Amino acid sequence: MTHGSGVDRRRWLQRALATIGGLALGACDRISQSDRVNSTLDYAEGWTKGVQRLLLGRNTLAPEYSVRDISTSFRANGTTNPDTEEYNRLAQASFADWRLVVGGLVEQPLELSLEELRRMASRTQITRHDCVEGWSCIAKWRGARLSAVLQQARLKPGARYLAFYCADSLELTLDGTGQYYETIDLVDAMHPQTILAYDMNDRPLAVRHGAPLRLRLERQLGYKMAKYLMRIEAIDSYRGIARGKGGYWEDRGYQWYAGI
Amino acid sequence: MPVADRALSRGRIAVYRHPLLVRLTHWLNALCLLVLLMSGLQILNAHPALYWGESSTFGSPFIAFGSGRSAAFPGWITLPGWQDLADGRRWHFFFAWLFVLNGLVYVIYALVSGRVRCVLAPTREQVRHIGSSLLEHLRLRFPHGQEARHYNVLQKLTYLAVLFGLLPLMALTGLTMSPGMDARVHFLTAVFGGRQSARTIHFLTAAALVSFFLVHIAAVLAAGPLTEMRSIVTGWFVIKPPKGGS
Repeated sequence: MTHGSGVDRRRWLQRALATIGGLALGACDRISQSDRVNSTLDYAEGWTKGVQRLLLGRNTLAPEYSVRDISTSFRANGTTNPDTEEYNRLAQASFADWRLVVGGLVEQPLELSLEELRRMASRTQITRHDCVEGWSCIAKWRGARLSAVLQQARLKPGARYLAFYCADSLELTLDGTGQYYETIDLVDAMHPQTILAYDMNDRPLAVRHGAPLRLRLERQLGYKMAKYLMRIEAIDSYRGIARGKGGYWEDRGYQWYAGI
Repeated sequence: MPVADRALSRGRIAVYRHPLLVRLTHWLNALCLLVLLMSGLQILNAHPALYWGESSTFGSPFIAFGSGRSAAFPGWITLPGWQDLADGRRWHFFFAWLFVLNGLVYVIYALVSGRVRCVLAPTREQVRHIGSSLLEHLRLRFPHGQEARHYNVLQKLTYLAVLFGLLPLMALTGLTMSPGMDARVHFLTAVFGGRQSARTIHFLTAAALVSFFLVHIAAVLAAGPLTEMRSIVTGWFVIKPPKGGS
């Protein structure tokens, strides 16, 4: 009897060890491809957003730096030149014919030239740009306050997000889902440091950094800060845009809330 | 509160060393650290270079990993096993939450129950004999009999350094890398010397934890893997009578 149970136990142990070994080898890859696992992991984004919004409030400012902190070489992220026929035509005329279209759920749709944007309430800030890859660069940005643009356009009550449509595609697709876009909510849109930047380090924005206009959203990662802005739309939901996750990188698995 | 010893055959005594909560948080912590390490290396693969200061000096990194031709850290040590920064971040942040909550449960328990004071803090006697403990340890001679009832001084100091030094440092350097949290706790980022310094310290601390893990496992193997494993699984640590004596 004791003998029998000893053998049983040994066999059980062998089987358990073989199972654990097999699982460990294949498991990592299989687990990380499972939809249910991934949607469980996604809960963390909600916790992070909830806690950060609570701790940060609406107006806590991202750190600002002095002129001597400015990076000598600022790496350009994402597209470095949209290189479309339309964009090249606009760039050749120094964006004199370019207009920022503001529409969607607004009382007063706008078409703003660079000159008009430069005349609006502005903010200058020396801030750190954190790329999702892990590097950081510091630059001086000057731009129109997004809140001032929205004040002029007057949001309708149903507006909950802003969608930023860009001139560049990072991926060539037939259905247009490779076009760069981003969405932010109104808490971030109204933040004092949220600007539509036209100057970088006291010079008009270079093509590689998003000319003629890019979003600065200082409490989040670089991929939220859409470059080559063409159109802003006030919307009630981003589910209907492209693949429905609220941005080019969000559609490819990155967090919508990029404060971490 | 103390659970009584149990006498076993051949003069051995079973001591209740690890309460259930300590065992649970130990294993959950082990799982978290494994996932955080592997997903952390996945994230580091996206830009395998470290810097000091607030921003990156691309031309002169503090450390750069890999040749740039292929992933700096191979697939068998990253999560997921192929290059995917988005998935790596997803794993990292979920388990970071778990790690912090689990750590808080443990720390609160350890402080309130008196475990830190009674089990982890070295006694004055132990501190006085730290030199001889070190020599004994280097000769891989482990305490037997009544002496084995308590952690020795090196063990205590190592555990304290990991629990109240390395692990919180891991969480705090990670936190300051978040541009959102940085807006709230920039003084902490400044203490670390800037965001890129925090990222470098995050990596160095992870390396220190890996070293701790290797020594920890070596010590378990040297001291008796069965009895050590039994104590962290069941709570009961078996003390053998001193050889040739009593």
